Amino acid sequence: MSYQAGRTLPLRVEAVRQFRRRRTLVAFAILLLLPWVLMAAFQVGGDPDGDGAPGLVTVATASGLNFTAFTLFVSAGFLLVVAVALFCGDTVASEANWSSLRYLLAAPVPRARLLRQKLIVALGYATAAVVTLPLMALVAGTLAFGWDDMTLPTGGTALPAGSALSRMTLMVGYALVSQLVVAALAFLLSVTTDSPLGAVGGAVGLVIVSNILDAVTALGDWRQFLPSHWMYAWMDALQPSVQWSGMAKGTAVSVSYAVVLLAVAFRRFQAKDVVS
Amino acid sequence: MDLRGALRRRWAFVAVAGTLVAGGGIGWGVARDGDPPVRAEEHRIQVVDGPRDDQRVTLDATFFRPAGPPGAKAPAVLLAHGFGGSKEGTRAEARELAQAGYAVLTWSARGFGASTGEIALNSPDYEVKDVRQLVDWVARRPEVRLDGPGDPRVGIAGESYGGAISLLAAGHDRRVDAIVPQITWHDLADALFPGGGAAGPEHGVFKKLWAGIFFTGDSGSTACGRFLPALCSMYQKVAETGRPTDEAVRTLRRSSPAAVTDRIKAPTLLIQGQSDSLFPLDQADANAAGIARAGTPVSVVWFQGGHDGGDPETGRVRDLVRGWFDRWLRDRPGSSPGFTVTRAGGIDSSTQQIVIDAATARSYPGLSARGRTLPLTGQEQTVQNPAGGSPASISALPGLGALGSLGDLGGGGAAANGLALDMPGQAATFDTAPLAEPVRVTGAPKVRLRVTGDPDATLFAKLYDVGGDAATPARRIAAPVRVEKAADGRTVDVSLPALDYRFARGHRIRLVLTTTDMGFAGPAKPAAYKIAVASGLTVPVAPALRIPATPLPAWTWLMPLTATAIALVIVVTGRRRRTSYDASLDDVPLEITGLTKAYASGHLAVDDLSLRVERGQVLGLLGPNGAGKTTTLRMLMGLIHPDQGEIRIFGHRVTPGAAVLARLGSFVEGPGFLPHLSGRDNLELYWRATGRPRDEAHTDEALRIADLGAALDRPVRTYSQGMRQRLAIAQAMLGLPDLLVLDEPTNGLDPPQIREMRAVLQRYASGRHGEDGPADADGGGGGGGRTVIVSSHLLAEVEQTCTHVVVMSHGRKVADGPVAEIVGTERRLEDAFLSIIGEGR
Repeated sequence: MSYQAGRTLPLRVEAVRQFRRRRTLVAFAILLLLPWVLMAAFQVGGDPDGDGAPGLVTVATASGLNFTAFTLFVSAGFLLVVAVALFCGDTVASEANWSSLRYLLAAPVPRARLLRQKLIVALGYATAAVVTLPLMALVAGTLAFGWDDMTLPTGGTALPAGSALSRMTLMVGYALVSQLVVAALAFLLSVTTDSPLGAVGGAVGLVIVSNILDAVTALGDWRQFLPSHWMYAWMDALQPSVQWSGMAKGTAVSVSYAVVLLAVAFRRFQAKDVVS
Repeated sequence: MDLRGALRRRWAFVAVAGTLVAGGGIGWGVARDGDPPVRAEEHRIQVVDGPRDDQRVTLDATFFRPAGPPGAKAPAVLLAHGFGGSKEGTRAEARELAQAGYAVLTWSARGFGASTGEIALNSPDYEVKDVRQLVDWVARRPEVRLDGPGDPRVGIAGESYGGAISLLAAGHDRRVDAIVPQITWHDLADALFPGGGAAGPEHGVFKKLWAGIFFTGDSGSTACGRFLPALCSMYQKVAETGRPTDEAVRTLRRSSPAAVTDRIKAPTLLIQGQSDSLFPLDQADANAAGIARAGTPVSVVWFQGGHDGGDPETGRVRDLVRGWFDRWLRDRPGSSPGFTVTRAGGIDSSTQQIVIDAATARSYPGLSARGRTLPLTGQEQTVQNPAGGSPASISALPGLGALGSLGDLGGGGAAANGLALDMPGQAATFDTAPLAEPVRVTGAPKVRLRVTGDPDATLFAKLYDVGGDAATPARRIAAPVRVEKAADGRTVDVSLPALDYRFARGHRIRLVLTTTDMGFAGPAKPAAYKIAVASGLTVPVAPALRIPATPLPAWTWLMPLTATAIALVIVVTGRRRRTSYDASLDDVPLEITGLTKAYASGHLAVDDLSLRVERGQVLGLLGPNGAGKTTTLRMLMGLIHPDQGEIRIFGHRVTPGAAVLARLGSFVEGPGFLPHLSGRDNLELYWRATGRPRDEAHTDEALRIADLGAALDRPVRTYSQGMRQRLAIAQAMLGLPDLLVLDEPTNGLDPPQIREMRAVLQRYASGRHGEDGPADADGGGGGGGRTVIVSSHLLAEVEQTCTHVVVMSHGRKVADGPVAEIVGTERRLEDAFLSIIGEGR
């Protein structure tokens, strides 16, 4: 008998188990297609109007880099949230739903290890999703609008393509960190419920409620601690000089919630009676 | 009794917690109200002034007693108001200073508010004498700390009109210990008639719009309002001609700090606005230079506001005022930077407000710091001055400053462009090449021009930031230049308005010279001038200015730390079950002792169950639905936690994920597969998930049992119930486990398959199954063979398959033993079972 707890459920196995699911393939297909759809929209509808306040929209077609920032802007609020919630919320709940969870646990994959491996793979897929979109947008945007310096939305200053790329990396990195709280909540719900839809919907619902509360200005400074308050702080990387404070605060809030939610998820799962 | 005790404890806890919360609330409320109270006393202070000290004036004043212990001596601060205001305008700032422990006196200057007398424009004969007597008055207050008899420890601060009086008072009265003049003038004649250059204000250009607001804003029903009649008639004469008389220049100069800066000994903080076309930054620069020459400490701040508008940065300015007084009136340690410039740093994406950073440098470099010279392109151009000076270009207008505050972000945008206007034919433009790198200009750029006039020329110089097609004013301030006797052309050095502005990479700096400006009185005679540049544009830079990193609020690192600590507590205090091993049971496949499980609903699913299974047995777990069979098997797999008792497999206690479960193969309560994968992939991935080597799996034998044929490579979601059932049993047999547990294995199988399954199980237990497998080799000592547990509610099934049987009912074991024994005297197991169940009830 050569059983070793540390070898159970290797990451590759879990990745393969998840990858061939239609859900995974559809999610990535949408993320890969969206930039092309947006690009086609701009090609058909013409350049956005230059009137009014300068924003990411008005300079969207200035260059491939601008188009990437715009794509990130329109998808950060909902699409990426759903993608992250999908990968992290579905992972345990769907196993419970298929009853395969109990055979994994009796294999035996120790519970903490099962969660750890599943969390790593889910976060990996979520990261791939969040990175895929801007990468494809960069390809589509460069083909359509050319490789050029990035025009910043504030005041039409141009940023050399090289430093624009590093800023883009920063933006995507922060976007990932800011989604940690969504990932952690989805994971906790995934551990708690047998319904994948409930887990994903619950996490997305949290973002919606948080956004609603964020609109209540009467809450004043308390809104800083809402999980979605800093979700757009990556736009600070598009100012003439990068503004760090928003992203630092957003990281603090997101990481703090995520750590506690994940701890609750592990504790719950350790103590849980698996009856599905 | 016990329960009641627990309840009582719980209520006690709630009561204590409630009291704590309420107490905290009250404590907080007291603390709020307990901010040091400030008592304000209204006073009417009699002063005597005039050139011959014979005019009695009553000043309306408010004295704010310092917060702090009674009897303590506090330094005093005099807060002066701006032109057109009164003591009411400084009330809020006075309260803050009093709360910080200063004795504060605010007053309405003569000619303003409820004070009597007439406005003398901060004349040394009038307003300065008034302030000196206010210092006398403060010295008599018992709360105020004295440096000597009649010499209070006192500072003066004020904006504009009030800023000038603070400088003048410090120049005339050595008792003043520190001053903070804000947005004020150095030389009123120069400020109102700029552009004369070395020839002086007599040759300057009249700043008519601001001067009009300044002098007539308070006029009321009479043309002169509350001005001294002599001042009023002087203004009217000047405004009519647009030229100052010598006498006017003399009068304005007497009212100017320029006359006294070399005598100021009080450390001075000069705060000047970047949006100020009335008293631009060069006025503060001149004050700073004069005071520094006297050897007095002086610091300079350029903030976003000013007379034109812009962000008043009230909080920052008040902090600076208090910090200066703390340092020089209270001798608090701390070094303040010699030069501070506030800059729009970006937009806070969470509040959508402009973030303003303060860049600081150790010392103030002046307006002509060393910089670079950028070549200007542009031919000689001819510009027209229209008859009557109209229409006029627009640069600065009172109140327009707010638009400039986006300046650094380049976001003045469309609105700002619409308002900044140069009339066609009236403007000469000269551009630099696109900048290879960003240039931040701090100070007054300079350029040398060759101007040909007829015979004089009046020009207004300003800088634009040109990016792409858009040209926006760098700062909406124009510097007038008067070039006289230029019929044959003259070369003049022009100093542009001082500014702090970042020109981005790729942008060009544009020098614009217009013949007219809305804010100034230009010549009415039509004329044409020729303008050419005779040098590059010299732009001063101040690389020493650095923006200190704004410290993030403490919660940004406290919150993650706290969260991590909470997370650790959550995980560490979680339920842990210790594994244990009983060597004497090493060869006993399964021993259950005192096993009890109640669900959250209170239903007692398993009640004190004990049983033992030996090697080679095929044990039937027999009982009606709901007897607790499945719950027992789930506990056996470590899926649910027993309330009491324990399960040992080969001597190892079963806990979730216990390693010994690897010797258990199970099929409980239906199959569980990933529907999108084929049967083969499911088995393959399942085995890889166990982390054990592939050659231990015996996949072929398992697949033989599954008997799926070609369907093996189809996705599981296409399978029938029976096919899934067989695949699940095959999965349970992967690795040929020593203990095989099957829950209702024949559900959904057809009769031939059921018969085959029976044979398989018997063969498996006897150890003949998988003859070549290593499982036989390490099967252990004992009776050889493996053990199979089959749960079923079908009597016939158990009777035909099993060697031993355990009968369960309502969670309890009601009988156990070899099938033959249980059947006993009864002819069939069914009869025996029914009689047992009957007893069990």
